[in-house]
Amino acid sequence: MSVKIFIPCDMAALSVGADAVAKAVEREIQERRLDAVVVRNGSRGMFWLEPLLEVETPKGRVAYGPMTPDAVPSLFEAGLLDGKQHALCLGLTEEIPYLKNQERLTFARCGIVDPLSLSDYISRDGYKGLQNALKMSAEKIVEEVTNSGLRGRGGAGFPTGIKWNTVLKAQGSQKYIVCNADEGDSGTFADRMIMEGDPFVLIEGMTIAGFAVGATQGYIYCRSEYPHAVKTLRRAISIAYENGYLGDNAAGSGKTFDLEVRMGAGAYICGEETSLLESLEGRRGQIRPKPPLPAIEGLFGKPTVVNNVISLATVPIILDKGADHYKNFGMGRSRGTLTIQLAGNIKYGGLVEKAFGLTLRQAIYDFGGGTATGKNLRAVQVGGPLGAYFPEKLLDTPLDYEAFAAKKGLVGHGGVVVFDETVNLAKQARFAMEFCAEESCGKCTPCRIGSTRGVETIDRIIKNEDRTKNLEVLNDLCEVMLDGSLCALGGLTPYPVLSAVEHFPEDFHGTTA
Amino acid sequence: MQVWNQERAVTIVQQLKELPGALLPILHALQEEFGYVDHSVVPAIADALNISKAEVHGTISFYHDFRHAPPGQHILKMCRAEACQSMGCDAVIEHVENRLGAKLGETTADGNFTLDAVYCLGNCALSPAAMLDGKPYGRVSTQVADFLIDDATRRGGQRG
Repeated sequence: MSVKIFIPCDMAALSVGADAVAKAVEREIQERRLDAVVVRNGSRGMFWLEPLLEVETPKGRVAYGPMTPDAVPSLFEAGLLDGKQHALCLGLTEEIPYLKNQERLTFARCGIVDPLSLSDYISRDGYKGLQNALKMSAEKIVEEVTNSGLRGRGGAGFPTGIKWNTVLKAQGSQKYIVCNADEGDSGTFADRMIMEGDPFVLIEGMTIAGFAVGATQGYIYCRSEYPHAVKTLRRAISIAYENGYLGDNAAGSGKTFDLEVRMGAGAYICGEETSLLESLEGRRGQIRPKPPLPAIEGLFGKPTVVNNVISLATVPIILDKGADHYKNFGMGRSRGTLTIQLAGNIKYGGLVEKAFGLTLRQAIYDFGGGTATGKNLRAVQVGGPLGAYFPEKLLDTPLDYEAFAAKKGLVGHGGVVVFDETVNLAKQARFAMEFCAEESCGKCTPCRIGSTRGVETIDRIIKNEDRTKNLEVLNDLCEVMLDGSLCALGGLTPYPVLSAVEHFPEDFHGTTA
Repeated sequence: MQVWNQERAVTIVQQLKELPGALLPILHALQEEFGYVDHSVVPAIADALNISKAEVHGTISFYHDFRHAPPGQHILKMCRAEACQSMGCDAVIEHVENRLGAKLGETTADGNFTLDAVYCLGNCALSPAAMLDGKPYGRVSTQVADFLIDDATRRGGQRG
């Protein structure tokens, strides 16, 4: 049998030259007439090692990286096909501490399988969850998801099972499953990685959701900034159709489940579920006031489950291994695993799937190795552009929904963006307001006007015009936005702003600005 | 990329109009074909979907993606979100703006480049991130940006 050499087709790996490495490897295989094939897998999520090359050996996969096309010939000279030593050799992939110390449930296959190989998927426990679900009543599936303690991984942390139950009980001639793949938060890439690296797990999760609530149509609303994910998903969906896993009698269930990918168009607000639904219906992505909840009146006015990619991609393992297995990971009311994404100014950036409860410090230092620049860490923004800026003294906060809320922060979608000592928090606060102004849908006044006034006010503070008074104005403005906005964009933009003022006052008082 | 062809545009609209929530797929398909959505197609879309011209126009203008005029030969998208800021994207963007003589959102006078801001490409562990003609790039320093621009200029017209 041919020896398998794995080189990721993940967008991040491509961004540092994975295609050129793959080409060089193909060339060597040909010139040396070797019995080996190149498999394009997803990423393992150790991005400082990308492009990562792995070779399958009897002992397991051996990793080499970060690769360059120039290093490829010497790799073959050294005996790549037998996993021999080389300056870039990292040993057995599974033994790399960054990976070994994780608890990969949702990402169990990502980076291991060929994303578009259904047989790879099935041979590694794929569609086991669905097979179990087929033996269960709809109510029982929903109960299992509820018991697992799974909460919405998009950021809001709403219990997935409770949402499903509402849709199950709702009356409607048609129901929908909508996957929110509008992963717009800076510092996040978990959705993208799973869509590019293990798309069938999302398809399986959505199919289970469809059977659980009685929905026959699903849509994946993926942002246009992710063209690679869109392409992979579309191909995976057509493979699933060809093999009877989608469509009429999906997976031999006797039930119908159809699935389609729709592309966003560069609007951050469309990550908000009601905006997303408006966009899917073909309109401006303006938010809808709630109630009615999308679970009652969602897409085209019908009962709709709107779940994040990671939430849906976690459903198969819950149905496969059982609610208890999943629930046994985590702390407090945050059950299961969190897909932490280490980003920004960090030495070892990547994806860390770990039970809830790891502290921010452990994530940044034990996994991330501190800043990339080697300078002192000064601030960390967790949870995307609407997340608070935490100073060093809050790094011992455990990654848990409630623990973060208690410190006026949010876990959100699990993105961790590290800044070194060169950061200016007045500038970051200004950016938060600027971003809100840029991305506001315009529906409600606190967000639409407040964000623009926020930029102006912070500019005055930076210029030292009536600084004390303007800081008061900024506080008032944030209060109005927090309490008066219709959705999380206006409602949470004060988080980064107020946390910057609270924890880094020196940046607003002209001592460093 | 084709020059705008009204007949072809109307065909695209007709092909997709039956999709539920067809407007975004139509706009994407038009932009994919022509690089932008010409204002002249608005009445045809409104007619096909039985909505007002104002609704069509309002939707086009709401989304950052849809262009109203043909873009440059090459489209360079540079991320300016927080993770990239933490690795100095602002300085790289400033360098590129000066080099090209175009600000974010503008096309160079010679029509060679359109420079766009993007808020996150999902490549936040390899910041600063950029995308040139649909291809992703990570750790984009000023040197890398210069290389990308030089390379695209040398390649000339053909995108991608």
